[in-house]
Amino acid sequence: MRKLASTFTGYSILIFFALVFIYPFVIQIANSFKTEPDAAASPLSPIPHPGTLAGFERVFSGTDMPVWLGNSVLVTIVLTAGRVFLDSMAGYALSRLRFRGRSALFGAVIAVMAVPGGVLFIPKFLVLNQLGMYDSYLALILPVLVDAAGVFIMKQFFDSIPAGVEEAARIDGAGAFRMFWSVVLPMARPALITLTIISFQGAWNEFPHTLVAVQDPALFTLPRGLADLVSGSLGGGTQYPLKLGAALLATIPVAVIFVIFQRRFVRGANEGSDKG
Amino acid sequence: MRRSRAREDVTGWLFVAPVVAILGVFLLLPILMAMWVSLTSWNGQGSPFKSGVPFVGLENYGRLFTRDDLARENFMISVRNNAYYVAIVVPLQTVLALGLALIVNSRLLKGKSFFRSAFYFPSVTSSVAISVVFLFIFSNSGALTQLLGFFDIQGPQWFSDARGVIHLLLGMDTPPAALAGAGPFGLSWWEWLSGPSVAMCAIIALVVWTTSGTFMLMFLAALQDIPVTLEEAAVLDGAGRWQRFRYVTLPLLRPTMFLVLTLGMIGSWQVFDQIYVMSQGAPAKTTLTPAFLSYRTAFRDFDYGAGTAISFVLFLIIVLLTLFQRRVMRERRV
Repeated sequence: MRKLASTFTGYSILIFFALVFIYPFVIQIANSFKTEPDAAASPLSPIPHPGTLAGFERVFSGTDMPVWLGNSVLVTIVLTAGRVFLDSMAGYALSRLRFRGRSALFGAVIAVMAVPGGVLFIPKFLVLNQLGMYDSYLALILPVLVDAAGVFIMKQFFDSIPAGVEEAARIDGAGAFRMFWSVVLPMARPALITLTIISFQGAWNEFPHTLVAVQDPALFTLPRGLADLVSGSLGGGTQYPLKLGAALLATIPVAVIFVIFQRRFVRGANEGSDKG
Repeated sequence: MRRSRAREDVTGWLFVAPVVAILGVFLLLPILMAMWVSLTSWNGQGSPFKSGVPFVGLENYGRLFTRDDLARENFMISVRNNAYYVAIVVPLQTVLALGLALIVNSRLLKGKSFFRSAFYFPSVTSSVAISVVFLFIFSNSGALTQLLGFFDIQGPQWFSDARGVIHLLLGMDTPPAALAGAGPFGLSWWEWLSGPSVAMCAIIALVVWTTSGTFMLMFLAALQDIPVTLEEAAVLDGAGRWQRFRYVTLPLLRPTMFLVLTLGMIGSWQVFDQIYVMSQGAPAKTTLTPAFLSYRTAFRDFDYGAGTAISFVLFLIIVLLTLFQRRVMRERRV
């Protein structure tokens, strides 16, 4: 009897919190399909009455959404590919190659992870400005093309692969890059998938960097375009179906990846936190 | 032999070269450049390293603390706002994360992985997109106001409400004579003791909601490392549920607790995205934070020296508080 009661309490708490965590997304989806008066009158209702695609139509006809989407896709693909390749190369060297300065370099990578990114906005702008890169695709991509946390994750993973693997391949006379590319990297698939996912998520959501890298609307990514669309318009019910629809488009890609790769996401979060 | 050693050096550095170059140029170099700019009054025209740029020494820093003007007032208000924000966000998200982890970890319940994902999902979504959603939820006569209406509660006009919650709790609109006078750094005691504004509370709710999931996963990983036999032994010793939590689980979670508090503190002192999207510092500067103020000072007022100086002071605040936290946690262990 007592066990039954505590199970009931447990589920009640779980369901309450599940609602708190999920319902805002229900509100977002439902209201993006509503008419403006309907969204203003009954924002809590999960069912649009009447349902309409007008909000989405205006997202595509009345804003630069096609440009933002294109830029976001381009930047995300380049950033994800770059981070996965460069981070794993560096992680491999820090784990398996013997070279002078290796441990000092690893210390530096840890130190970089500890620098709070929030204080680096203006400094990053200064360098981009000085190098004449400000307001270009290069400015959106190059400064965030590698990340220390990714190097750290890959190094930890390569540490767990036994050394005998390379001994066997070395006899065949394979060079260092061949060894990395065709022997060790294929064994690192689980870590590579994790790194791909967190790189994709980080690149797709990246916002503050775009503020200091570009000001030309033709170079805006989706988060940047969305932020400029809504910022400053405080209170009021104006154009909420449109804004929520645009926000929904920004949420969907990561949501899809999340649903498919939930476990990887969970693992990525904990590996990233091991640094502390 | 010696030649192969040199070759290994070259190979190793070739592998790390891209990462070293990019982090060097876009992380280390910017910090050095910013140190210089914070000593000038560069206005964004041309290069800050040319001879014509006025050198002002430590004035940009001094202005934040000593001179009685708008720059100091804005900075002190932003520090006050952010301090209240941290003081509420960090404990709240830590307790919520631990609570969620304990429930999800419970052996009696089914469907754990669904709930775990549901609680974690907000953490992986775009901060800008989710801010838009909360802007709608907290809008005047929006979803939250209607929800509160079901319980006959009159909700506030969230993002237009600059009143501090401590002032509201005290039920006072005007300061008592004792607190009206000038306090430290140009703000009156009454202003220092305002608490977060109603508008800031909406942002606090959003941030606690989005970050708890990440920290829940950290607690969950630590909880799963606790051997079941330890719990069973405590049950045999006749320990109740609360005693098991208090004397077995909690002490074992100590390192994770330290990690969560530290990461939470570091992260919440840098709050920026939500402020940019939801309030831009309004109403009446009550959601202004140092990170946003530094951005605004540089990119909207074109006072790059002052903006950079605010960044470095914020950095110093974070470093000092991290060291302080570490020390407090260490002392309590003894």
